[in-house]
Amino acid sequence: MPAGSLMEVKKVGRTVMEAQEIARAISRVAHEIIEHNHGIEGVALVGIRTGGVYLANRLAVKLGEIEGASVPVGALDITLYRDDLDARKEQPTLRRTEIPFDITDRKVILVDDVLFTGRTTRAAMDGLIDFGRPSEIQLAVLVDRGHRQLPIKATYVGKNLPTAIGETVEVYLEEMGRPDGVVILTP
Amino acid sequence: MSLKRKDLLGMADLSVEEIQLILQTADSFKEVSGRDIKKVPTLRGKTVVNLFFEPSTRTRTSFELAAKRLSADVINFAASTSSVVKGETLLDTASNIEAMQADFIVLRHPSPGAPGILARSLRASVVNAGDGSHEHPTQALLDLFTLREKKREFKGLCLVIVGDIAHSRVARSNISALVKLGAEVRVAGPPTMMPRHIEELGVRVFFNLDEALKGADVIMMLRLQIERQGIALFPSIREYSRIYGLTPERLRLAERDVLVMHPGPINRGVEISPEVADSGASVILDQVTNGVAIRMAVLYLLSAGR
Repeated sequence: MPAGSLMEVKKVGRTVMEAQEIARAISRVAHEIIEHNHGIEGVALVGIRTGGVYLANRLAVKLGEIEGASVPVGALDITLYRDDLDARKEQPTLRRTEIPFDITDRKVILVDDVLFTGRTTRAAMDGLIDFGRPSEIQLAVLVDRGHRQLPIKATYVGKNLPTAIGETVEVYLEEMGRPDGVVILTP
Repeated sequence: MSLKRKDLLGMADLSVEEIQLILQTADSFKEVSGRDIKKVPTLRGKTVVNLFFEPSTRTRTSFELAAKRLSADVINFAASTSSVVKGETLLDTASNIEAMQADFIVLRHPSPGAPGILARSLRASVVNAGDGSHEHPTQALLDLFTLREKKREFKGLCLVIVGDIAHSRVARSNISALVKLGAEVRVAGPPTMMPRHIEELGVRVFFNLDEALKGADVIMMLRLQIERQGIALFPSIREYSRIYGLTPERLRLAERDVLVMHPGPINRGVEISPEVADSGASVILDQVTNGVAIRMAVLYLLSAGR
């Protein structure tokens, strides 16, 4: 089947989170971060491109509101650390990694939109460690959809979402130019 | 999007979109080269063979660094320049390399088209690192990357390439890319170094350097190949230098924010005066830095095309 026709297969979408729920989840995760780390001192957020970066920025705003102090935010592109580059026909588009602060001895919270196999998180940890030696790495995700292939567990979860392996979970954020929402697509 | 090709042979067959993709990808690799740990695991387990049939320090080192920063293994294969390599010998060498399971072959060869021959007969990706007076695509790409960093847009940019246009693969690759990207390209040099019908590539020809420099945003100096002096393309180095050398006085004819580029190695006091080479207008060392990022981008993008 040519690639073009694959795109035409209609997937049925089911919305599982709307804007208000996403906002609440971010707010709750922000409180959990503060509780877990006894404040935000020494805490830094690093979002995984692309969705994770927007979520990291939203978390930083929330943390700032609650604690009255700012948290440094970075962006990590994990493409160069992927373990499936050989298996792909196309190279994924590279984006810049921007971590404008020293991560050594900080508690770095990786932020991602969806936690699935755990391979992205593995790649992100490898990528992060090339920038220094954080005192701790934590993981915050908006959605944990299960089906882990690596022994990885999120520290903070916005929503646990049971899914079938063949389904796709899409997280839409306003920063990408469409209304906030989490949708499960069934083939 | 990705480069849907196995090899990088020249700028002539790259589309504008492919050029933009390589430049954009190199942005990320420039960031990697600025880190404390200048290494990513992307090409771990891959082998890059640098196969050089002509002397080179800069290009070979740059490819070697690029491969190593991507965690590939690198073998340098220097063929002596004195043994002129015939077609069958090149293919013999190629099959030896194939037998060593190389994934990339970076080839510099005095014969135009040699990388194309290898590309057709090998499964490995072939990167042209200069083939005779034909093409030197990674040099053109690093020039474009440097231009884009400093000038942002190619459209409307007025660029002068000065020197031995006829024998320069750097000029040929750059002309082909810059015309495609919408820049105004002028070439300047003595008539003996100007190929016939070069206007057909979309450039304007000048034999008077001062005329060519008026309104220039970028001056790209080519190295005077002093070793070719025996071919009698010009009466003396001193005369060449007087008529076609870039001096501070000549630089003032160009735009105020003009950039001076040179692919290296420079002959100080011949095609470029030391004052110009070391001036604020010179981006010669930026070109070298950017070369590593461009070559990382090329190796990365080609690794999906096999």
